[in-house]
Amino acid sequence: MPERKEWEGFKGKIWKDEINTRDFIQENYTPYDGDESFLVGPTDATDKLWGKLQELQKAERAKGGVLDMDTDIVSSLTSHGPGYICDKYKNLEKVVGLQTDKPLKRAFMPYGGIKMAEESCEMYGYTPSPELDKVFNVYHKTHNQAVFDAYTPEMRKARKNKIMTGLPDTYGRGRIVGDYRRVALYGVDYLIEQKQKDLAECGNGTMTEKVIRLREEIAEQIKALKGMKEMAQIYGYDISAPASNAKEAVQWLYFGYLAAIKTQNGAAMSVGRVSTFLDIYIKRDMDAGILTEDEAQELIDHLTMKCRMVKFARIKSYNELFSGDPVWATLEVGGLGQDGRSMVTKTDYRFLHTLENMGPSPEPNLTVLYSKRLPDNFRKYAAYISITTSSIQYENDDVMRPVWGDDYSICCCVSATQTGKEMQFFGARANLAKCLNYAINGGVDMKSGDQVGPAYQPITSEYLDYDEVMDKYDKMMDWLAGLYVNTLNLIHYMHDKYYYEAAVMALIDTNVRRTFATGIAGFSHVVDSLSAIKYAKVKTVRNENGLVVDYKVEGEFPKYGNDDERADEIAVWLLKTFMGKLEKFETYRDSEPTTSILTITSNVVYGKATGALPDGRKAGEPFSPGANPSYGAEQNGLLASLNSVAKLPYEYALDGISNTQTIHPDALGHDNGERVDNLVRVMDGYFEQGAHHLNVNVFGTEKLIDAMEHPEKEEYANFTIRVSGYAVKFIDLTREQQLDVIARTCHGRL
Amino acid sequence: MTGYVHSIETFGSVDGPGIRFVVFLTGCNMRCQFCHNPDTWEPGRGTEYTADELLKKALRYKTYWGDAGGITVSGGEPLLQIDFLTELFRKAKEMGINTCLDTAGQPFTRENPFFDKFVELMKYTDLVMLDIKNIDDEKHKALTGHTNVNILDCARYLSDTGKDMWIRHVLVSGGVGASDDDGLLKRLAEFIASLHTVKKVEVLPYHVFGVHKWEIMGIPYPLEGVEPPTPERIANANEILNTESYR
Repeated sequence: MPERKEWEGFKGKIWKDEINTRDFIQENYTPYDGDESFLVGPTDATDKLWGKLQELQKAERAKGGVLDMDTDIVSSLTSHGPGYICDKYKNLEKVVGLQTDKPLKRAFMPYGGIKMAEESCEMYGYTPSPELDKVFNVYHKTHNQAVFDAYTPEMRKARKNKIMTGLPDTYGRGRIVGDYRRVALYGVDYLIEQKQKDLAECGNGTMTEKVIRLREEIAEQIKALKGMKEMAQIYGYDISAPASNAKEAVQWLYFGYLAAIKTQNGAAMSVGRVSTFLDIYIKRDMDAGILTEDEAQELIDHLTMKCRMVKFARIKSYNELFSGDPVWATLEVGGLGQDGRSMVTKTDYRFLHTLENMGPSPEPNLTVLYSKRLPDNFRKYAAYISITTSSIQYENDDVMRPVWGDDYSICCCVSATQTGKEMQFFGARANLAKCLNYAINGGVDMKSGDQVGPAYQPITSEYLDYDEVMDKYDKMMDWLAGLYVNTLNLIHYMHDKYYYEAAVMALIDTNVRRTFATGIAGFSHVVDSLSAIKYAKVKTVRNENGLVVDYKVEGEFPKYGNDDERADEIAVWLLKTFMGKLEKFETYRDSEPTTSILTITSNVVYGKATGALPDGRKAGEPFSPGANPSYGAEQNGLLASLNSVAKLPYEYALDGISNTQTIHPDALGHDNGERVDNLVRVMDGYFEQGAHHLNVNVFGTEKLIDAMEHPEKEEYANFTIRVSGYAVKFIDLTREQQLDVIARTCHGRL
Repeated sequence: MTGYVHSIETFGSVDGPGIRFVVFLTGCNMRCQFCHNPDTWEPGRGTEYTADELLKKALRYKTYWGDAGGITVSGGEPLLQIDFLTELFRKAKEMGINTCLDTAGQPFTRENPFFDKFVELMKYTDLVMLDIKNIDDEKHKALTGHTNVNILDCARYLSDTGKDMWIRHVLVSGGVGASDDDGLLKRLAEFIASLHTVKKVEVLPYHVFGVHKWEIMGIPYPLEGVEPPTPERIANANEILNTESYR
């Protein structure tokens, strides 16, 4: 691309000759190791807009969770006229663009599945358009229909019995992060030009299935880029050319993201790693004397406000799985470059500061890419924000950087992805705890009585023998791994075919790396169960058909979460073993299989569907979330628990290992100064051992109970807590989930 | 040699400087009416550990300590297992671990055999956190069943020998051992001011979180009905005891 006037003052060469945002960042950013004293409060405009938005959020809650919905317009890049937070303050919005024509109004998105789109309307009292019903049932097919057309009876049965759960077969798979920065840096015209070049060079003339498909996809991407320009035009902006200042850079970038959330209702729709990039523009304007700190903070506050407004129409059972209406608009700050320089800029502070300027909030899902080598001041400021808002999470940059480089984003709650170079096939979870019961019962589901797994010989003895259980469990996991991978292959084939993410993929390299992200549910319970069978005596309790329906544990056994090698080595074994089994199967489009231990709030629903387990967990009780130890298992305090989780090798769970911990403020120190120092030490010590992720909540159980009993209190309107991999407003959880959160260990010895 | 351990807390952040690995030993002669760990009273109970076993566990947390943390031994009354404690701290110091003793000082005496042992223990102790439950001897007796004369003498000894200490005082507003009285607090403040090595003074407001343990153990709770002190009274105690000036 020839030199552009919009790039004046920017250094470097490589990024000018090819699309390479990372190179641009590395050449131009200015690390900041000072403290937070430069930060400023909200502007008058921010206060007004945020005040209005809070009113809208209140009205939304009062209406049962949905403020407004589309029923007869299919959402697309250009389906709606311009929308603003409120017409009166229209001119105060420094960053514009909504998913529909009204704030918090949910768009109609049928491509993932017309049935779900219609159900979500009906559940909130809206009548979906009969015409669209006909279009998407008679004239055209949606992803969900296609998946079910192709499912085998075995897959259906496994799905129904919830040994595989949360599969993306009814909605968008999400988890793909476009490099939204490209819109700002290059302008859309250049992006179109490059994709046209890719299309021209695609294949050697031999029309294999692979080439044909890719050619069609690139064509779709080009169309989406053109649509993006039209979308911006609706708001009066021309994004053909690069952004010429900070305000435009924020706006252009946001338009890129808006294109994604207008066309896809993925479970997770991340914003990506944008702070260091935007800082370059902000600093250039400030150095030129055309932007003040107030204006800079205002831009970040307004962008953040937009991320707090992202909504999708969901059905109620989806909300039970992922409670609190999350969209995982994950946005990262911090991290180090490959050259060892800290990538913390003043804008990284500005993003964290939005939690002070506009109060705590679950979205965007602010994530600090942590390293002990980040500046002391920044680590302390982040810890301070955690202590005062419980709204941010931490992920270990030192374990992710070697795998994903220094320009990765977090594409869901905790999973890393190379920005603009990679996409992910989201795979939800396999329930390994249920699988253990299948091993014991010869493939029969304890709850339904169905023969779901293969009819292997069940265990018939009264007491469980460790070697026998391990032998059978190994075989049952073989079966599950195969079925699981193949089910996902089928789902993603159909997703590519019927719900291709053209607008997002347009902002990713054509030659894309693909990962295949599987997941594990019930982790801690399997570990403790196997430990119980090994170190104590576990007696089976059978029903009249001889099916094991409960267990009685006699004696003590070591539990995961106490830094006890006997239990923790089972945990490491389980992860490595299941990952190894997944790798044996062919994955769709030559994707690289990974796995995760991160169950979000779905631990409640997964637990409900799972019978009793040999660790003493009763039928239907929630699983512990993510890689957390089981409830009540932790007997030696926070650090012993962290040490157990830290032993799980990240290289075997590249999709992430989530850990949520709640610390009582009094147990963290006497005052905020002490608390900050101690929290920084906790994270330094935890991440130095190679741990991957930590959600930090700082409050006491008494506050949760009060919030549950008195959700109407003003102080709880924005009371945000971290649950596995994301944050949520506590009062938006179902009572069942609230009780679950309260039951989790709060570290606070008094 | 082995010690009897009631429990271990890997994340002690208010038990000495920085983040501490806290070992709670069993056995205590005092019967403080507000005790929140009555389950640690009985000696010879709990899990037996050698010093090496405990230190091996403790070292697993070294990465969290930074330049400030270390191990703290609390209880119960750790001085009742002084031989074990000395071995533990001696070995800890050999490994360069910061050591902190959380004691109420009740076993302290300048008579042997205890005194020689205490002198030896202090060689390996970086900080003593000494609880003074009540400055008035009669009230102290009523509250704990023991005199405070030797406890105050312990403080004096530590001061005279240049040993760093933190003084901790449980503020309780009712019952026979009530300490939330300006007169008593002033006397305590004067006593503390006469010591030379006090690095910190902490007011620990009485709380009721340990009451259920009394219930489990089937012992009547003597402070039934006594409320935790109000924030105003806590602030008042901090002011009289000059806690700010020791920071």
